[in-house]
Amino acid sequence: MSERRDITLNINGTDYTATVEPRRTLVDVIRDDCGQTGTHIGCEHGVCGACTVLIDDEPMRSCLMFAVQADGRRIRTVEGLAEGEKLHPMQEAFMQHHALQCGFCTPGFLMLAIGVLEKKPNLSDEEIVDVLSSNLCRCTGYENIIKAVRAAAAVMRA
Amino acid sequence: MPFKPFFTALVKYVNSLSETVAISAQRMKPARFSYHAPRSVGEAVALLAEFAPHDGRVLAGGQSLVPTMAFRMAQPAHLIDINEIAELATLQVVNETLKIGACVRHNAFDSDDVPGVTGALLRNVVGNIAHYPIRTRGTFCGSVANADPASEWCCVMAALDGVAVLQSGRGTRRVAAAEFYRGIMTTSLEDDELLVCCELPMLAAGTRTGFIEFSRRKGDFAITMALVAYRIENGKIVEPRVAIGGAEAHARRMPSAEAVLANATPGNVSFVKAAEAAAAACDPIEDLNNTADYRRGLVRTLVERALEAAA
Repeated sequence: MSERRDITLNINGTDYTATVEPRRTLVDVIRDDCGQTGTHIGCEHGVCGACTVLIDDEPMRSCLMFAVQADGRRIRTVEGLAEGEKLHPMQEAFMQHHALQCGFCTPGFLMLAIGVLEKKPNLSDEEIVDVLSSNLCRCTGYENIIKAVRAAAAVMRA
Repeated sequence: MPFKPFFTALVKYVNSLSETVAISAQRMKPARFSYHAPRSVGEAVALLAEFAPHDGRVLAGGQSLVPTMAFRMAQPAHLIDINEIAELATLQVVNETLKIGACVRHNAFDSDDVPGVTGALLRNVVGNIAHYPIRTRGTFCGSVANADPASEWCCVMAALDGVAVLQSGRGTRRVAAAEFYRGIMTTSLEDDELLVCCELPMLAAGTRTGFIEFSRRKGDFAITMALVAYRIENGKIVEPRVAIGGAEAHARRMPSAEAVLANATPGNVSFVKAAEAAAAACDPIEDLNNTADYRRGLVRTLVERALEAAA
């Protein structure tokens, strides 16, 4: 029963090979086997959104997928957002608007917001709130996250 | 008090604590399973025939199954992952019927891909399903097969008399929504059958639709929902459909409410009467937070509001 599979995950443009049991979730393999620990693990049952990553540019919960299912897929995580020293406009906006305190939920919020805005650049305020309701933050009360995403959306459109 | 027995008891107690910790630390990891990733429906159905008797299950979007596996409430020995089957990812209209393949994700309906009244209704409904990153992965057919009482797609299937197409090594059968649901998360799907497609009618132009659900937090399972559709001819309501979800063990149409609406003048009087008929006819489920009476009240309110939204 302890069958293992060889898989290749393309994370932020780099191929990582791993030999995994099918029961290993994608987020565990991203963190433990590929060493990309920017993606966080919160509830492990799809409620908190801390593990949100982009898979073929769609935001998904990496705790609700098995790593074997992501074999050959293109994955983007928080580590791939900055270009060298230059932060992504969403990261800049989170700093400017104080949209994080402890920072645990931040990678998930960044990937969620960027993933949705790349598809739908002209979200209304109401739609931004709706999208952000996907993830949980226990520090900020969300208002500053909403402000940051609104500001970053304007920069991303420009 | 002799020291040794006390010490032994203490060690036992501490050990039991660490055991508890160890178990709870492991609990969020799914149990072992054998993984199968067929490339065709034929292959999937053959694998199901082989492994369903050995606790094999289908994995589609996994947005309900994987959490239950993380809690180890589900520990299937085999998973047959249908995500790599290209033929199941199709969404198309054939002869005024919308055919939704088993791997069509929820967010496929958050677009203009499906035309007409049915497309507009599905666009209206889809935003109520969980959250954006769940809708990119979860599937329409997976929700229907899972048959959660609070599933929006199950309510759509019931309201529009959708058809579930089930395939196994024994052949293909088509089951109408009214016969498909049997109870809470219980359907007429046999263990070796794969739900390959759901079919919905393309509603006639001019059909008015309304959908409304109530939950305490955005994205939570709805406590109750109502979906209505009707047309107006010569000032009278024709072909009324009233369905409720979340309130009972499974979604269904409410014939007594539809009877009130048929040939009635649309407006507050007929809408309130229909809502009261639906509330009187329903057999609500209860849970820790919601009594049957509370759900019955929601049925009345939501059916009325859905009818107003459609008007």
